[in-house]
Amino acid sequence: MTHKSPANRAMKVDALARVEGEGGMYVGVEDGRVTDVQLRIFEPPRFFEAFLRGRRYTEPPDITARICGICPIAYQMSACNAIEDACGVVVDGPLHDLRRLIYCGEWIESHTLHVYMLHAPDFLGYEGAVQMAADHRETVERGLRLKKVGNEIIELIGGRAIHPVNVRVGGFYRAPTRRELRPLAAKLEQARDDALETVRWVAGFDFPEFEHDQEYVSLLHPDEYPIMRGRLVSTRGLDIAVSEFDEHVTEEHVEHSNALHAHLATGEHYFVGPMARYNLAFEQLSDVARAAATDAGLGPQVTNPFRSIVVRAVEVLYACDEALRIIAAYEEPDRPAVPVEPVAGVGYGCSEAPRGTLYHRYQLDADGLIVDAKIVPPTSQNQPTIEHDLWHFVEDHLDLADEQLGLRCEQAIRNYDPCISCATHFLDFRVERR
Amino acid sequence: MSQPKPKLAVWKFASCDGCQLTLLDCEDELLDIAGAVDIAYFLEASRAEVEGPYDLSLVEGSITTPHDLQRIQQVRDASRRVVTIGACATAGGIQALRNFSDVEEYMAVVYATPDYISTLETSTPISAHVRVDYELRGCPIDKGQLLEVINAFLHRRRPNVPSHSVCVECKAKGNVCVMVAHGTPCLGPVTHAGCGALCPSYDRGCYGCFGPMENPNTSSLAGWMSDLGMSEGDLTRVFRTFNADTVEFRRESEAHEGER
Repeated sequence: MTHKSPANRAMKVDALARVEGEGGMYVGVEDGRVTDVQLRIFEPPRFFEAFLRGRRYTEPPDITARICGICPIAYQMSACNAIEDACGVVVDGPLHDLRRLIYCGEWIESHTLHVYMLHAPDFLGYEGAVQMAADHRETVERGLRLKKVGNEIIELIGGRAIHPVNVRVGGFYRAPTRRELRPLAAKLEQARDDALETVRWVAGFDFPEFEHDQEYVSLLHPDEYPIMRGRLVSTRGLDIAVSEFDEHVTEEHVEHSNALHAHLATGEHYFVGPMARYNLAFEQLSDVARAAATDAGLGPQVTNPFRSIVVRAVEVLYACDEALRIIAAYEEPDRPAVPVEPVAGVGYGCSEAPRGTLYHRYQLDADGLIVDAKIVPPTSQNQPTIEHDLWHFVEDHLDLADEQLGLRCEQAIRNYDPCISCATHFLDFRVERR
Repeated sequence: MSQPKPKLAVWKFASCDGCQLTLLDCEDELLDIAGAVDIAYFLEASRAEVEGPYDLSLVEGSITTPHDLQRIQQVRDASRRVVTIGACATAGGIQALRNFSDVEEYMAVVYATPDYISTLETSTPISAHVRVDYELRGCPIDKGQLLEVINAFLHRRRPNVPSHSVCVECKAKGNVCVMVAHGTPCLGPVTHAGCGALCPSYDRGCYGCFGPMENPNTSSLAGWMSDLGMSEGDLTRVFRTFNADTVEFRRESEAHEGER
């Protein structure tokens, strides 16, 4: 970190901690004004979209899961949605419910990891959860217990927590029995209590005053809080089918990042993730989750990104509740998967990864081989918004010394739970004051 | 004065973060591990950094950039023991599919301005560049095996990690053979154990995410899978996934190359 000189300075964080992947950040300040903000993603490129060409249409759930070890279910589900779309198959009924259930597991696991281990230490002044555990052991243990239940859902349905093996195009290789799911219910009852305590805990943190005026984008479905299906809708009037994504979102390759930057065709940057879902679908949360959000002081709209940690905790509570609902209503399907025969054409699929909307598109030939693939992860979509937020946040806090400002900026970046492994397909913090 | 705690570091190269996440997924053991060792460098979990040297370095990911070529040397120099965790660090990972193709073409498919990208033509395992003390298989690694390896290295003994095939795990579990009973192609006979025969337990064939076992008879298995109806193209693809650039799987995938 460079020394402080109030009017002109440059600040950088070379390697951001507590994010998934490799990245950094650079801020340039001249005459007391911010002149440049770069979220630098130097996670090495892995070229998934290139090597998917020539693979069979049944392979993307296993292959694209490897883009991210933290949210493999999201990749598997968006891939399945897109390929089933290309082949004209709709998976609904108990198989859809099972997909939603395993996805709830991933929300619980990923959000709890972020809330307790990656983000809370920022609010409480610790370097990480292990250091935090020295003073708050019971709290950290509660987080670990909650996260474990999320993983147990994924393990039971998917075989293992990271890169589960049981998800396939059309459904699953083997559907669990009612009897197998039952033991999860008791654990989820405890998890729901832990999740409620989590909402109360994070609601008591100090939140910097900061409002941003963003366009929020999420899937939206008339019957359910968005996870697996729906139209892409924004708080400013966007309302499109998933198949229209490419017409409305453009990706740009900027020099300082190995992740592409996404913008809406209107040129506006936008925001995906828990706050977007919450702001668009608050009414679809379960009664318990809605009441907890209200008690935590959240209205139906949240525009301070530092409060995203509370929204994430509310979504964990919702996911526990929703998982319990699905288990109670579960009827074993007649067969574990709907047959899917390849059809030449293009298919589009989205699902709501923990970090936001994840888009896949595949073009197949008549033999079922992939001709072309496109994947737009949530962090690519949020990157311009993160830079925008940092710009304004830094400008409001230029009175802070570099070290303090750097810590605050890291906290601001973690508001978005950026998954850099996903987006490169990040964090080095630098401020230059001149 | 008590003995200083051994220093553990976790390093990341090209990867999905899943193998290091396995350590954070040890919900029941994590705080005990943190009590037994000094987690000196683990960027995914903490901003705290303790200077080396490190007693044990866990390395995730493969080498794919000029910068990482240098960084892995620094990691080796700062570490008493280096253990690679997972298919990327041990075999090059899924991103080693570029080793069968032209990376320039790959860049053009994904990036509008390839000049901005700094990458090597190949994705290679850590052992291609520095001395590695132990390689843990799997995409992802198994939690129990990770705990065993950490425990073994801290106590200066060899890890007890079996080297037989997935078939042995399947039999021990009492699974019905998916290949014999259902005609489902399965890489279990040639794949290194460690997952607990997960796929056959879920009514699917093993897809080889732990990589080849010692001396696998891949050509015999490929013959059987061909008899079950797999095309030459499918045989190439099935050996060309998360451990594609291991000697054994590369050879078998190339033996069937050329057809769709």
